[in-house]
Amino acid sequence: MRPAPRGSLFRNATLAVIWLWLLVFVLAPTAMVAVASLLERGTDQFVTAAFSLESFARLFDPLYFQVFWNSIYLAGVTTGLCLLAGYPFAWLIARAPGRIRPLLLLLVIVPFWTSSLIRTYAMVIILKANGLLNGLLLWFGAIDQPLMLLYTEAAVIAGLVYSLLPFMILPLYAAMERLDLRLLEAARDLGAGRTALFLRVVFPLTLPGMIAGCMLVFLPALGLFYIPDLLGGAKILLLGNLIKDQFLAARDWPFGSAVSVVLLLFMALFLLALVYVRRRRADAEAAL
Amino acid sequence: MSDSILQIRGLGKAFGGDWVLEGIDLDIRRGEFLTLLGPSGCGKTTLLRLIAGLETVSAGSLHLQGRDLTPIPAERRPVNTVFQSYALFPHLTVFENVAFGPRLQGVKGAELRRRVADALETVKLGELAARRPGQLSGGQQQRVAIARALVNQPLMLLLDEPLSALDYKLRKQMQLELKQLQRRLGITFVFVTHDQEEALSMSDRVAVMNAGRIEQLDTPRRVYEDPASLFVARFVGEANLLPARVLEQRPDGLSLELEGKPFEAARPQRFEPGGRVHLLLRPEDLDVWSPEELRRQPEYQARALAATVEEVIYKGAEVDLLVRLESGVQVAATAFFDEEDPTLEYQRGERVFVTWPAGWEVLLPFEDAS
Ligand SMILES: Nc1ncnc2c1ncn2[C@@H]1O[C@H](COP(=O)(O)OP(=O)(O)OP(=O)(O)O)[C@@H](O)[C@H]1O
Ligand SMILES: [Mg+2]
Repeated sequence: MRPAPRGSLFRNATLAVIWLWLLVFVLAPTAMVAVASLLERGTDQFVTAAFSLESFARLFDPLYFQVFWNSIYLAGVTTGLCLLAGYPFAWLIARAPGRIRPLLLLLVIVPFWTSSLIRTYAMVIILKANGLLNGLLLWFGAIDQPLMLLYTEAAVIAGLVYSLLPFMILPLYAAMERLDLRLLEAARDLGAGRTALFLRVVFPLTLPGMIAGCMLVFLPALGLFYIPDLLGGAKILLLGNLIKDQFLAARDWPFGSAVSVVLLLFMALFLLALVYVRRRRADAEAAL
Repeated sequence: MSDSILQIRGLGKAFGGDWVLEGIDLDIRRGEFLTLLGPSGCGKTTLLRLIAGLETVSAGSLHLQGRDLTPIPAERRPVNTVFQSYALFPHLTVFENVAFGPRLQGVKGAELRRRVADALETVKLGELAARRPGQLSGGQQQRVAIARALVNQPLMLLLDEPLSALDYKLRKQMQLELKQLQRRLGITFVFVTHDQEEALSMSDRVAVMNAGRIEQLDTPRRVYEDPASLFVARFVGEANLLPARVLEQRPDGLSLELEGKPFEAARPQRFEPGGRVHLLLRPEDLDVWSPEELRRQPEYQARALAATVEEVIYKGAEVDLLVRLESGVQVAATAFFDEEDPTLEYQRGERVFVTWPAGWEVLLPFEDAS
């Protein structure tokens, strides 16, 4: 499709709609959260119009540091596992015969057709003490006692990996699909065995897909509050849980907002660092 | 044979039951420039890939310096390829692209830098070492691809239509450079092209391929002047084919009936009396005379074939003529401006006579090919 000429009515109208959307549904709520984080908690209203840094000061409580690091740890492990599982998975799809590739991609996308919340409940049913998995293991005689699967860190990580794996597979697939197989032949012709082939050609050429996938997994993993709630028995807190609890349970909007702002800043810093590194690399190349 | 580096015997390749290459017998000589020439889809790339090890052999064998190549994977064959698409690594600089092979052999440090610099110098790309492939022109990329292969000091260099993406002028220049490079390094080149002019001008020997087979393996000169089959005759250069009938076979020649006249072919070739043959004549071998001119050439008068000029195409240094013989066969003739005939004035519809120097015709078995 050719881009509409500058100044055409269609182009202006489209841009206006997009800007309006961003303004109303992204910028405005974010601004409200940012403002709320700087106000005081009210008694009969959620916030009172009095400036205060109190909410941010409270964040320095070691308890919250703990939540913060815990979130990063869980999101990090999740990202690592998604990468380990997603990489060969995406490779198999990208190298599958053209006819069955759409089918395999469909299988990756199918889970999106039901709510992630419902799928997490399904995991509860599988993992609980008298659930499907334990039932199966008992029936086979692999165990005599039901295993404590639910309400463990492993269950939370399993839930996060399960929910976020497609976000890793899809960008990896896109990168691998684009990979020119003739480059692999050229590398073999030049003497590259399997290991060298992967390390020197496949890995660097799929790195952009890996970075995109890691971001699409890591950042959401920090906020998926219902997974620790349901699978971790609320024993394990993510930043997302903290925020949710402040808004819905503790009714402390300024503090919930402050946590949100910190999470937002953290993500923004993460993205900025990435952009910076990329630009540095591009500059270094251009300078050569 | 001691001067043969690669021996190919009965080589065949099938893709899912379709034989795309069959019964290839070929001895590649050490240090020669061998060209595989043939139309699209005749199996040139497949043959190169079999030598490189990028495709598995379906039948026959390959022996490199007496060693069976079949069980050796591509990465351990002392043979390198310049791919038609170049296949340069986009994420690596020119230097790193060229260093790719030596690094895998464990070459490091100053030795690595020296070898890469030498290879880049060979293709005159020393100053572009820090660029990425995306920042190079087609011709430069092609030279990087050559350097990347050469730096490994392969026994054989396989080049798959490396010049086909270049414009005419660059192509001519690169042809010369490649040929000089090959002479200087003394490496065996196996070069693929479907451009007959390129094949003839660069090679020591040409293998003309057709539908998965080698039709003729010979020097460029013999392939052009003495084609083994109608296919080769037509693929390598322009060919006029005149049907004739064999009257008598003698030890020193052949009596034919050509265009309703008796014709004595000088070359002793074996054909059955009563059978049909094709006379092959290249356009530049033919002379076209006006009736007055012919009267001054008594030695040609008996053999001259009458014709009518149908088309006159002026080409600067030469004039191409299309004439129709009395039998209805159309013949192309090229006449050059020279001191003998500085004007070359021909009119469409003009009556002319066609002759050629005695013995320049090539006799081929008759094939009904249109
Ligand atoms: N991987 C493959 N699977 C099936 N058929 C193939 C495969 N590779 C090549 N072929 C077939 O083998 C035949 C020879 O192909 P090849 O690429 O060797 O031709 P070529 O002489 O190099 O032609 P070109 O001049 O167009 O490059 C073609 O008919 C092609 O369709
Ligand atoms: Mg080819």
